[in-house]
Amino acid sequence: MIRNFSFSELPYLLQAAGATIGLTLMAMLIGGMAGLFLALGRVSLWPALRTLVSGYIATVQGVPVLILLFMAYYGIGRLGFDIPPILAAAFSLSIYASAYLGDIWRGAIQSVARQQWEASASLALSRSQQYRYIILPQAVRIALPPTVGFLVQLVKNTSVVSIVGVVELARAGQLINNATFQPFQVFVTVAALYFVICYPLSWVSRRLEARFNANRPS
Amino acid sequence: MPIVRVENLHKSFGANAVLKGINLSVEPGEVVALIGRSGSGKSTMLRCLNGLETIAGGTIEIAGHKMSYRPAALRDLRRDVGIVFQSFNLFPHMSVLDNITLAPKLAKSVGKVEAEDLAMEMLRRVGLTEKAQAFPDQLSGGQQQRVAIARSLAMQPRVMLFDEVTSALDPELTGEVLVVLEQLAAEGMTMLLVTHEMEFAREVAATTIFMHQGLVHESGPSDQLFRNPQTPELKQFLGQSRAIH
Repeated sequence: MIRNFSFSELPYLLQAAGATIGLTLMAMLIGGMAGLFLALGRVSLWPALRTLVSGYIATVQGVPVLILLFMAYYGIGRLGFDIPPILAAAFSLSIYASAYLGDIWRGAIQSVARQQWEASASLALSRSQQYRYIILPQAVRIALPPTVGFLVQLVKNTSVVSIVGVVELARAGQLINNATFQPFQVFVTVAALYFVICYPLSWVSRRLEARFNANRPS
Repeated sequence: MPIVRVENLHKSFGANAVLKGINLSVEPGEVVALIGRSGSGKSTMLRCLNGLETIAGGTIEIAGHKMSYRPAALRDLRRDVGIVFQSFNLFPHMSVLDNITLAPKLAKSVGKVEAEDLAMEMLRRVGLTEKAQAFPDQLSGGQQQRVAIARSLAMQPRVMLFDEVTSALDPELTGEVLVVLEQLAAEGMTMLLVTHEMEFAREVAATTIFMHQGLVHESGPSDQLFRNPQTPELKQFLGQSRAIH
């Protein structure tokens, strides 16, 4: 039976949009924590750790999110663990986010002026105190606009997990389309919902960038 | 007994030998000016004294610490040896007060109230108590440099190093910083200054060291050195400095 696409589909789509946001937040949280350690590892005093981390980042960045997802979903399955699609989805998105955030934050840490390290070292601060009180607070300001920018990419990239059957916004659109055969109406609505999530983030990112650029000492 | 003793100090950047056997000794309370052309090694020498540069050979003893690059030993040394830089290097995300109280709190375990009292006292010494709540970007260059001096003094160091601290300032702002340095010298602080202010070196520093091509080329009581330079290199250097100023 073919039904008509109407506003009655909206609650379902909104619920799916919630799943998209949830996946994004989860990837951001787990990927963010991992990303912080990656960024610190990437600028560590220990060369072997730097090499290891930059290898990880380069590898993950060189592989499509879709393939990361397949590796997590089918790969871990083959190892004998029965992993629910939602976990594979969260896992692969976290891996993806960790590499990009690690790289963005590495850049932010490195763009804090070398003299800030020297001044704080000369005041007898330890390396961890330098990070905690001097370097990271300044790196956060530098990193905030590109981090929010990356969040927009992440929201949109969650759509790939529809492939393994996780019902988020894109998958919900497919399902409704299968029932209504009104792809144009359905996917315009889905697109609008993505836009409603992403546009405020883009706006915030641009605002932050303008504000920090204006403050940056010349 | 000298408070700073440097023997046969060598330092290279890659294949480029910057310091080629420096010997130097400073008594407590002595004010020493280091002068010389750019590239003569004077700033590098100063930076070696608090371990910002690692040395290739020789020994450094300063404020009772033998130079060691173990992190804990370096921190011990730096609690007793302050440095002020050409580019101020205040922490831009912190108020003036926080800039000054941070290191005593973290590196010397001074309590918050005590650290703030200390900071206000140091700000009084550099004449900036009213700027305690300001942020670095709200201050002029001269004010920023005075805060940087106060920040360093709050660690109550036994030796202070000054690396061309007026070179980044507009001419009309150098005076306020030099006044602070003069006052510190009068209070008996042991100071080593890399400077291009010849007039100041002559008046405030008891001893002046002229560095040339990575070596102490000529040194002695400032008055004598400026009035009666012995080597042609120093004569030429002083002649050029006078022509500029």
